[in-house]
Amino acid sequence: MSWKKALIPLACVPLIVLLAYGFRTDPKAIPSPLVEKAAPGFRIAVYDGDSLSLEGLKGKPVVLNFWASWCYPACYEEAPLLEATWRKYQNQGLMMVGVDIQDKEVDGREFIARFNFTFPNGPDPGSKISIDYGVYGVPETFFIDRQGRIAYKQVGALSPDVIEEQARAILEEK
Amino acid sequence: MIATLGGFTLFLALGVTLYAAAASVLGARQGREDWLASSRNAVLAHFCLVTLAIFLLEYALITSDFSLRYVVNNSTRESLTRYKIAGLWGSLEGSILLWEWLQSLMAVLVIARYSDRGPSGCRQLMPYVQAVLQGISVFFLLLMTFAVNPFARIFPIPPDGRGLNPLLEVTDMLIHPLLLYSGYVGFSVPYAFAMAALITGRPTEEWLRITRRWTVVAWLFLTGGIFYGGWWSYRTLGWGGYWAWDPVENASFMPWLTGTAFIHSVMIQERKRMLRVWNLVLVTVTFSLVIFGTFLTRSGILGSVHAFAEGPVGVMFLAFLALVLLFSFGLVAYRSDQLKGHGELDSIVSRESAFLLNNLVLVGICFTVFLGTIFPLLSEAVRGNKISVGMPYFNKVSVPLGMALLLLMGIGPLIAWGRASLNNLQRNFLKPILGAAAGTAVLYVLGMRHVEALAAFALCFFVIGTIIFEFVVATRTRAGTMGETFLTAFGTLLLKSRRRYGGLIVHLGVVIAIIGIAVSSVYKVEREQTLRPGESLTVGRYTVRFDGMEAGERPTHILVWANLTASQDGKPLGELTPGQRFYPNQQSPFASVDARYHWSEDLYVILSSFERDGSSATIKVIINPMISWIWIGGVVILLGVIVAVLPERRLALLTSRAKAQAA
Repeated sequence: MSWKKALIPLACVPLIVLLAYGFRTDPKAIPSPLVEKAAPGFRIAVYDGDSLSLEGLKGKPVVLNFWASWCYPACYEEAPLLEATWRKYQNQGLMMVGVDIQDKEVDGREFIARFNFTFPNGPDPGSKISIDYGVYGVPETFFIDRQGRIAYKQVGALSPDVIEEQARAILEEK
Repeated sequence: MIATLGGFTLFLALGVTLYAAAASVLGARQGREDWLASSRNAVLAHFCLVTLAIFLLEYALITSDFSLRYVVNNSTRESLTRYKIAGLWGSLEGSILLWEWLQSLMAVLVIARYSDRGPSGCRQLMPYVQAVLQGISVFFLLLMTFAVNPFARIFPIPPDGRGLNPLLEVTDMLIHPLLLYSGYVGFSVPYAFAMAALITGRPTEEWLRITRRWTVVAWLFLTGGIFYGGWWSYRTLGWGGYWAWDPVENASFMPWLTGTAFIHSVMIQERKRMLRVWNLVLVTVTFSLVIFGTFLTRSGILGSVHAFAEGPVGVMFLAFLALVLLFSFGLVAYRSDQLKGHGELDSIVSRESAFLLNNLVLVGICFTVFLGTIFPLLSEAVRGNKISVGMPYFNKVSVPLGMALLLLMGIGPLIAWGRASLNNLQRNFLKPILGAAAGTAVLYVLGMRHVEALAAFALCFFVIGTIIFEFVVATRTRAGTMGETFLTAFGTLLLKSRRRYGGLIVHLGVVIAIIGIAVSSVYKVEREQTLRPGESLTVGRYTVRFDGMEAGERPTHILVWANLTASQDGKPLGELTPGQRFYPNQQSPFASVDARYHWSEDLYVILSSFERDGSSATIKVIINPMISWIWIGGVVILLGVIVAVLPERRLALLTSRAKAQAA
């Protein structure tokens, strides 16, 4: 068979290569337009506490974490990391806030108790905060710097390296 | 126990299928009739084994045997039995098993239909047809044996299952997937025949004749599945639409387009011995698009509402797709010398030309849909941009091409073969064109100003005109020459030239559906308002009054609904109760739409949100004019196909009975 005829089946190869490339992409990973923009303000009614607003935290670096009790296994995997990071850096001025989205209060409180969260957590009635931050799923974490800009967004569970690196970055930058 | 037995059954089926394929090919090459007979037995045994596997899985589902992971993921103890049964195709593993069962069934039907009684050409092709069909089954069985085992166990055994996705716990789930899968798997038969024709070096007209009815029946199921899917989406999902150009919807539409092109272009190959390579390519592309479609749903490379799961399945499907493409096109290239056609186009103004254009337009639509579907992937690969392609692109591109298709639908059936004379053109088309102009003028006078809608209607009137014209003239001629009454002549015409008149009925159905699509898109009206009990919302001639909220427990969920009273021009229409379903395992509720469906227009109501104390509810009301015409058109299409495909023996029986009664 001449090589010219062989072209016919070979013409399919580029398509197959393109589809194979598709395995390396994640259609659900949506780049956030908020990175390097001002973090949307919010007010949250902390469980067993007062209300907290982003404005009140001005000048402090904030780690804003969105979670839910039904978010298994990712939220369960990163919860100990969050608490550990909070304990390590709270004295250095890092602020951490957890937002419990689309959840029942009793389940949310159980989650907090299970992981001994000592940083403020509260619900998001009407999903206002989630909508403002463009939260697509849980968990998602936003690292907000001292100027109130979103420095980094993490979609999915945090790994020890990433949370350490990002927390340091917003703490140390002036 | 079931898990072990089921797994073993599939493994055994894999062995039997490999044997059947090998015995087929070797038997044909060595001329050993006994090996061929043995391979046919193996095909039957393969079917029996897979049927047994289906029974086992269904038994496990119905008896809620939660030692199987698949049963846990697709049913709960409380589910109604029919949804436990439908759980078989509720997610990945079971859907592959269902597909494979249909595939094995096709192979048995092919033997039953063609083995002894077929024309002699058949007998040479059959072993390779079986080899290809069994080869496809080998892939699906390999998938189940090594990647996605429907009989996988779970430990510890949970007390209850997680249940079918709530969106699927509706009667539609019992119908839509089965229709679609029958269509998809049905297309593998013409493909197998085409490959067999290429392998044996007999790529002439025989395989076309043999598989024409198969293709049309597969097309029937696919069309039914697509329409049904749109109807399901419209009645149940609560966004008021029926087609979103979702990648998986496109995956069902693309083989439909090339399948339609194939059904038309075979008519040219039969008459003029042209387009052989084209038809082989069409059949291959149709089957490849079917595989591509299932690849899309199961690979996770594109986001979609239908997407199943990820894992090794995607890679295996891609490998299979690559194999199909390379094998088929390699064969076409290998046999390309023998495929050169004999005919030539006599004139551009001819039926051949109209059919060619029809093919070009259909393949053109398919290409644009394909491009739009994979564009996100292409864009990310080439430029690193994540984009999504949605309705605006697809609508913009398919509407003009659809209009071209409408025009061809009117011209094609009536224009002469060979070279159409001016006389022929005038005789056939003058009246329909005048009728279309008159009809469009009437619409304009009545107030329709939307250009695209007017154009669509003009074309639709033209097509309807040609269809009626054809029926009336032919019936009148027959009644005159045979001395029959108009009705008898009409009936006999339908039965004698069932392909032609069945086809015309199908075209009529398409036109009705297009009218429905055009009017409901252009003239849709939507209104949303928050109401307190006693308050009303008015849209057009309708008034909807909110009476209050109610809630109740259902076997698998809690239903909350709004009680509404609807009226039209002051006359009461009845109650509507749109609501939301809250499932224990799902974080957001699912809509429960209510509507008053009517052939002229639908009054469609959604409960967007509500206050927990029932003090207010946000209601969205949509008026969809003539949207029912889409579903009516679908039914007419199905009737037309049934007429076209009526088997000959039954036909002779009917006409002889009719003659006996008339005598």
